[in-house]
Amino acid sequence: MPGRKRTWEAISFELVMTASALVALVLIVAPSLVIMIVSFTSGFSLKFPPPGYSLRWYVELANAWQLHFAARNSLVVAFWSTALSILLGVAAALAIARSRTLSARLLDSLFMSPLVLPALAFGLAALMLFSLVGLPVSPLTLVIGHTVVCVPYVVRNTVAALAQLEPTLLESSAVLGASQVYTFRRIVLPLIRPGVIAGAFIAFMSSFDNVPVSLFLRDAATDMLPIRMWQDLEGKLDVTIAALSSVLIIATVALVTVMERVSGLSRRLTS
Amino acid sequence: MGAAPKSRDATSYGIGLTAPLALFFAVFFVAPLLQLFWLSLHNDTAGLQWGIGQYLHFLADPFSLGVLGSTLLLGVEVTAVCLLLGFPIAWLYHRVGPRLQTIIILIVLLPLLTSVVVRTFAWIVILGRQGIINATLQSLGLIDAPLKLLYTQFGVVIALAQVQMPLMVLPLITALSRIDSNLDDASCSLGAGSWRTFRRIVLPLSLPGIIAGCTLTYAAAITAFITQSLIGGGQMLFMPMYLYQQASTLQNWPFAAAISIIFLLAVLAVVSIFTALGRMSRAYGGA
Repeated sequence: MPGRKRTWEAISFELVMTASALVALVLIVAPSLVIMIVSFTSGFSLKFPPPGYSLRWYVELANAWQLHFAARNSLVVAFWSTALSILLGVAAALAIARSRTLSARLLDSLFMSPLVLPALAFGLAALMLFSLVGLPVSPLTLVIGHTVVCVPYVVRNTVAALAQLEPTLLESSAVLGASQVYTFRRIVLPLIRPGVIAGAFIAFMSSFDNVPVSLFLRDAATDMLPIRMWQDLEGKLDVTIAALSSVLIIATVALVTVMERVSGLSRRLTS
Repeated sequence: MGAAPKSRDATSYGIGLTAPLALFFAVFFVAPLLQLFWLSLHNDTAGLQWGIGQYLHFLADPFSLGVLGSTLLLGVEVTAVCLLLGFPIAWLYHRVGPRLQTIIILIVLLPLLTSVVVRTFAWIVILGRQGIINATLQSLGLIDAPLKLLYTQFGVVIALAQVQMPLMVLPLITALSRIDSNLDDASCSLGAGSWRTFRRIVLPLSLPGIIAGCTLTYAAAITAFITQSLIGGGQMLFMPMYLYQQASTLQNWPFAAAISIIFLLAVLAVVSIFTALGRMSRAYGGA
């Protein structure tokens, strides 16, 4: 930087900040690396560094039918919750994005509130309601509960994408005689699609990972993966879970990389 | 960039499009919470006798108040650690080229999207008796017996800080990118040192981001059931696990409902305080 003196004072500041940032970044990455290394252990414990390396726990994982069953349930629930979130969330976002009215602001706050309210309290409340009306826990109750806590991500990202839309584009389309439906299909939707995809992706991941709502709304027949893993870990520190964790980490990295290409995920979350 | 009123019909959609989601929320979000509140106002587990007995029980019970207190304190500690470590990341982000920027964002983002159970499990491996920290310290001859790191407040705070870090860093990056870099240069050329510029210019101007990050981190940290229970173990009890035990193991639904409402109000109070601070800081930043 021209004109700025490289004094000891300036250097100390840069050093302290850079060092803290690097420590923080290592702190963020280290746990994932550690768990991937431990998953290749040849031993029976989570000792680090492992006494030797093998693929035995991945073989265990391939035979762990309880985990497969829970994973399949989680994927199905996450899929339907995301689909429902897109349907309800995008429609709501279209109405509230450009509106300055009080009712739009209030609805916006309502739709965002599951993000800050303790989800466990909502999970309990939903269980109470379902048992009051006599609806037994099932994949359906799980999808309903997950949609409530996942739809905010779709609404928020779609609203953000709509806010960046040039109003003149829509005006010109209207002036040229296009109907609102046509304009939506040919102009609005293509332009907001990356935002909707980013929101849907986050909604999917948070449904797949959800514990507080699933805790109350599932039973043995609808076992969910994060809860199965949690209960396995409460009982014993099983290395199979480490192998499964590595698989999930790799899958997440792969998905995030794809999403970064498709929807510019990182830009979306920092603007 | 306000929409011009004359073109309302073309650029805005009717409020009616919110109806499906609003209805969905009314039935499956608002109604359950109201029912939760209604049930918390009953003195017996069957829900027949009206009264505020559950709340009185909670507020007169030193054990319950202790759980609430330690949960709120845990949130403060985690938020402080996240802020101390998160701010330098956001600062570094604005010092590096676009390639490194993307890498930093992806590193920060990754934990946000990785399963919480997976992230927490990793900390068990790190903090355990045979974990990295103990193995390293022992091989260096710094300690004789393994330190107890798992099932301690320290362990819970560190693990939660890592788990919730993205929620702090992302708003900070946004806030820092809105600061005019000329201000920074002006301050320096007028003779203020880097530390002073940071304290007097960068920090105050990034307050909206700090407050947004703190709100999200705090709310997430005190409700993080999995990390609290796996790293804290059986001896440390926080509100989410307390609620779950009362509801699930003891089937004491009215008391669990009262705990939920008290917890909800505590979270709402903290969020409103932060929101009020945020409004003040924006007014300050805009002045």
